[in-house]
Amino acid sequence: MMAEASALPRRLLRTQRQRNIVNGLLFAAPWILGLLLFYVYPIFSSLYYSFCDYSILQAPKWAGIRNYLTLFTNDEKFIKSIYNTLYYAFFALPLGLVWGVSIALLLNMKVKGVSVYRTIYFLPVLVPDVALGILWLWVFNPQLGILNALLWKWFHIVGPGWLSDPAWAKPSVIIISLWGVGQAVVIYLAGLQDVPQELYDAAEVDGANAWQRIRNVTIPMITPVILFNLIIGLIGAFQYFTTAYVITTGDGRPALSLMFYAMYLYQNAFVLYKMGYASAMAWLLFLAAVISSYALFRSSARWVYYGGQ
Amino acid sequence: MGGETVACQVSTATGGARRRRFWRRIGRLWGHLALIPLSIVYMIPFFWMLSTALKTDRQVMVWPPVWIPNPIAWDNFPRAIAFFPFWRFLANTLTIAVLAMLGILISSSLVAYSLARIRWPGRDLLFGITVATMMLPYQVTIIPLFVQFTRFKWINTYLPLIVPAWFGGAFYIFLLRQFFMTIPQELSDAARIDGASEFRTFYQIVLPLARPALATVLLFEFLARWRDFQGPLIYLQDPRKYTISLGLSYFRLEHSTEWQLLMAASLTLTIPIIMLYFLTQRTFIQGIALTGLKG
Repeated sequence: MMAEASALPRRLLRTQRQRNIVNGLLFAAPWILGLLLFYVYPIFSSLYYSFCDYSILQAPKWAGIRNYLTLFTNDEKFIKSIYNTLYYAFFALPLGLVWGVSIALLLNMKVKGVSVYRTIYFLPVLVPDVALGILWLWVFNPQLGILNALLWKWFHIVGPGWLSDPAWAKPSVIIISLWGVGQAVVIYLAGLQDVPQELYDAAEVDGANAWQRIRNVTIPMITPVILFNLIIGLIGAFQYFTTAYVITTGDGRPALSLMFYAMYLYQNAFVLYKMGYASAMAWLLFLAAVISSYALFRSSARWVYYGGQ
Repeated sequence: MGGETVACQVSTATGGARRRRFWRRIGRLWGHLALIPLSIVYMIPFFWMLSTALKTDRQVMVWPPVWIPNPIAWDNFPRAIAFFPFWRFLANTLTIAVLAMLGILISSSLVAYSLARIRWPGRDLLFGITVATMMLPYQVTIIPLFVQFTRFKWINTYLPLIVPAWFGGAFYIFLLRQFFMTIPQELSDAARIDGASEFRTFYQIVLPLARPALATVLLFEFLARWRDFQGPLIYLQDPRKYTISLGLSYFRLEHSTEWQLLMAASLTLTIPIIMLYFLTQRTFIQGIALTGLKG
């Protein structure tokens, strides 16, 4: 009896299993093909190009590690672009984290009109990147812009040249990035709303004050979301392009203070047609992204708390 | 009023609770005190954009700047739109956006269905690869793709911007997969017992239930295409084929000091998105929250 009863479904299961394999592959076929065409093949060809002289007009010519050597030994613009990009990531990420979490914490206090506030902080995210660059050029305009006008009116400070001053250009684009913190705020806020109320109640019963509750309950509970935003932010910072391109019309001025890595890569590839050289830069970027994401993941074992889920 | 007296009576019984409520109210007050000035600061660039867009060229040069334009130069908008030319670039952008949205929707939902609801060996590996590609800097693939598209004679056409969308997008596959997983498996099993094919189960059971997630995908892809700058910058050369974002960047080069026109043009690109946000607020916010939580 038993054997017969189980034999029938098992036979069905076998054909079901085969059907599943066929269906699974068929449904996934566009993406499997897409991965091969738009990811696997290009990744390996750009690795190959990175060891070649390649101007797209002529076939790639093998050059060994010359591109990499030139980058590190004989290209000040390249070093400058790394410095600028790391500078941007080093300040924009932690500031964005503290700023974003603070706004999310304020919004999570169940104050009246949360949705109005949330909309206000989210609106900057909606401004298309090109419009964003133009808008901030005008806000930061040293002579006629609103920022220096308000600095003078409110504090009697003569504002700096902002985007036109090499010393202030990078802080300026970091300010622009903080204006766009709304996307992260929405994610933090969703994380905060998932923190169970019992934890707060328990902490309160134990006599924890507001700061202690934030420090010991809220922050640990949203560390997974913080990790997510940090990784997304890091990879985004490495690829920072459009706003700076629009502001500087692609040349990274003043004095290369806004020449970011992705902009220099673009310049090499699509203005100078040094495809091999640009591919070497792309691969270095790839390695940097992999290593730093991996390091963040590894470090997360020490500071990310997964007990909540 | 009645409720308050009751609350008072109760809280005299428990002084701690009353104190706590008092402090919570104080805390909220502080919250507003921090949030209101911050909101004003966040809105200043928008007011500045709007104010400038409605000034005459002479008022733009006035120091110190004034907030309320007088007279209001409404004709900055028609002038900017005509210079642009906005309508042509809008038509180009919408052509790309609609074809890409269609491709993304069809391909990503099929793939996500395979990853979420069909059991087959290699599925988890494919999902892992999908997540990994989301972290891949696009610069690693862009150069060989450009070379390849050049060989296909696809440069200066919309094909490089549209065709890849028909093979799925990692982010959308991820998002839809997470959503498909939440649909009860029993529904599919019931359909299977009734003899429905896998495709019918997908099309008639799972897709209708996943409408909110599909709307999120369409919305995000539309926004991505509206603001996309690098793709058109790399692949489009003929100015008549430009998209609005690329067009705006050239507009900026040609009118670099006519701020009233630049602001009018920038607003023209921003306002439709803000309107779209207000129409689809829930889809928007839930979509972004969804991407963060399961990361």
